[in-house]
Amino acid sequence: MGVRLQMRQGELIAFLEGEIDHHAAREAREEIDAAASRVKPHTLTLDFSNVTFMDSSGVGLILGRYRLVSGWGGEVCVANLPPQLERLVSLAGIRELCTVVSPEEDRS
Amino acid sequence: MKTEKPVNEMKTVFPSCSANESFARAAAAAFLAQLDPTLEELNDVRTAVSEAVTNCIVHGYRDTIGQVTLILRFYEDRRVSVTVRDRGCGIPDVPLAMEPLYTTGGAERAGLGFAVMESCMDKLRVSSRPGKGTTVTMEKRLSRRITHGG
Repeated sequence: MGVRLQMRQGELIAFLEGEIDHHAAREAREEIDAAASRVKPHTLTLDFSNVTFMDSSGVGLILGRYRLVSGWGGEVCVANLPPQLERLVSLAGIRELCTVVSPEEDRS
Repeated sequence: MKTEKPVNEMKTVFPSCSANESFARAAAAAFLAQLDPTLEELNDVRTAVSEAVTNCIVHGYRDTIGQVTLILRFYEDRRVSVTVRDRGCGIPDVPLAMEPLYTTGGAERAGLGFAVMESCMDKLRVSSRPGKGTTVTMEKRLSRRITHGG
């Protein structure tokens, strides 16, 4: 599990990588929160394109960031969710709180 | 109780440190490889194992380290049974703990562990005694793969 952060016009993008479980979510959370609390972005985008596995800890990660960013009126965007994670995200009702952007168009 | 003999079984016991969540998933996946499951089936079992083991670590042994036992068995009809057991604090009210969104794990926990286990597996049973520990038993029947040639 790794996370790469990028700032783009007031938007903070966190590119998540690998497997998100309770162990890995804790590390990612610390990095994201440190950056987000400093820059207070209007949008925090969590990019899941390179996430190969996720359990409900990933849902906790999204909901926790939603709470943080809401503190200054920002929003969370969930981007490029792989199909196998769709069910988990639906189960959690994340669409009611965050913008969910579909995976990028198939470029093949 | 069923007296049916499994075709194969595995058991592993490990300490409840969070680094072992990925170990438990990988061990379950490696054992099931001999059944040639679909990627979706494999992902379901890995997700369910991950949830159950995380519960032992986050709740069963909250601020301590204890032993977690993971047992996988499969039967002639391709039923896979997964047992995850801890000897931790136990759950005083199992039906309440199983309700979606209920959690005692704090702001970073979604309270979806049991709901996810239920959605990934065909059967889920939770037995717990406060002060004695919790055992989660799950079952899933894998589809028959159509084999070509051979």
